[in-house]
Amino acid sequence: MKQERYGIGKFSLEISMIVLALLFLFPLYITVVSGFKTYNEIMASAWAFPKSFNFDNYRTVWHQINIPGAFLNSLIITVTAVSAILLFSSAAAYQLVRRPGVVSNIIFFGILSAMVLPFQTLMIPLVKVAKELMLIDSLYGLIIIYCGFGVPLALFLYHGFIKSVPRELEEAAQIDGSGTFGVYFRILLPLMKPITSTIAILHTLWIWNDFLLPLITLTSAKNKTIPLASSIYFGEYNNEWGLAMAALSYAIIPMVVFFLLMQKYIIEGITTGAVKG
Amino acid sequence: MKTGMRNALTYIVFVAPAVLFFIAFILFPLIRAIIYSFQDWDGIASQASWVGWGNYKRLLDDTDFGKSLAFTFKYVAVTAVLFNLSGFLLALALNMALKSRNLLRTGFFLPHVVGSVIIGFIWQFIIVQLFGEIGKATGIALFQKNWLSMPDMSFWSIVIVAVWHSAGYFMVIYLAALQGVPRDLLEASEIDGASRMRRLWSVTLPLIRPAMTVCFFLAISSSFKAFDLNFSLTRGGPFGSTESLALQIYSDAFVKNLFTYGAAKAVIFFLVLAGITLVQVGVMKRKEVEM
Repeated sequence: MKQERYGIGKFSLEISMIVLALLFLFPLYITVVSGFKTYNEIMASAWAFPKSFNFDNYRTVWHQINIPGAFLNSLIITVTAVSAILLFSSAAAYQLVRRPGVVSNIIFFGILSAMVLPFQTLMIPLVKVAKELMLIDSLYGLIIIYCGFGVPLALFLYHGFIKSVPRELEEAAQIDGSGTFGVYFRILLPLMKPITSTIAILHTLWIWNDFLLPLITLTSAKNKTIPLASSIYFGEYNNEWGLAMAALSYAIIPMVVFFLLMQKYIIEGITTGAVKG
Repeated sequence: MKTGMRNALTYIVFVAPAVLFFIAFILFPLIRAIIYSFQDWDGIASQASWVGWGNYKRLLDDTDFGKSLAFTFKYVAVTAVLFNLSGFLLALALNMALKSRNLLRTGFFLPHVVGSVIIGFIWQFIIVQLFGEIGKATGIALFQKNWLSMPDMSFWSIVIVAVWHSAGYFMVIYLAALQGVPRDLLEASEIDGASRMRRLWSVTLPLIRPAMTVCFFLAISSSFKAFDLNFSLTRGGPFGSTESLALQIYSDAFVKNLFTYGAAKAVIFFLVLAGITLVQVGVMKRKEVEM
């Protein structure tokens, strides 16, 4: 295979792409930087670099909208909901694949069809259902609702993966005396790691960033998630840009760090999820 | 018979949680949404009355609904093309042997991990404050107006922000597809004298059709459900010109307490989306090439 030449054409492409990338990242940069500016500084120039790294906005926002509390809420909701979705959908997919039949087919295609239903079609009665089941305005309630909306995609991806796992491994374990639970926990769960990480990534990004469901189910300030809490400075007549930008920075930074740490898995997860989904 | 009972019990233990979640939060709300759409209820009164097709008939004369439908269709059409074009071009550039390509891929994808409501607020600041300053400093007329106060520019503001937010996501999918194009095919066509453009058109594009089907499906369904940017960047304004269907259903139900009327819109919303995506996937699947 001949080596492609790195000539003037590639070089100019490289330079233009770098410039474009910097332009791409500029909005995120300006947000974090504006958080350090006072009201007057922003009004004088939104472009200028701050005169000093003044943490006043970040400190005020930290207390005013209780960033640690909101962060913890988001973390609890995301981690618990994603774990529950992984457990329930992998368990169901395992039995649906290994015990094919009319019942399994009806369940699989029934749940699968939910993937085409837009959330907005369900949200009006959903709030009513949540009220009746006492799931409104509570973290655990929101977690349970996320399980309902997360299971279809997860089940679908697990279903496809388990079909490609040879039965012989499970049969060998059964001969060695493992029951269904043993096979599931000791054989299948470790084998499913790649697809589990794909599903975990997709659902983490979705739940952490989700806005509409928390907006309609969470009402009290103590339950607010990061996206809800950090949008509080955008009222009808607000122009406290410094505070607003500091609040948004608190929402941006955790995701950016998470992405940079998990980049390889996230890109893989997005690709697998898109192609299979 | 004892093992049969035990087997059935294990099956239930494994499958039941997923099924229960599905019934409680998807199937049951869906049935209720359909029932609501034939009723009249404000969300508070204890009794709902039946109105037959009343809500649906009302939709026909609702100019706000018509406006919102028109906005959503226009938005879906424009973004479906631009998401795919921007993602594909980025993928094409970053599939070449550039020295910084891994870093560049990270950079272009990065905006996508931030939630779109947050993105909308960030851009509100950029459009209102920064663009105004650009206008003052350079005298370019385009930047001297407040984009968010003009219906036309509001529309394009949302489009620009959405493309900026999604380009990296589509880039990642197209990159995976481009890497799946067999090198020997490209080399063979090069030896046969095909130009770069010719290779792209006649070898690469036909081979990545499956990815295009997926990407157009993702673009159409996500744009059709657009809510976050309309909520945070333009608030549906000015004069309701950027009120997407999803935002209108939300404000009907949760701001104006038009529960049952909103439900009728929500049912139509689903039927239209299902129709469009079925046609899209059906048409594009037929054009895919089997390897």
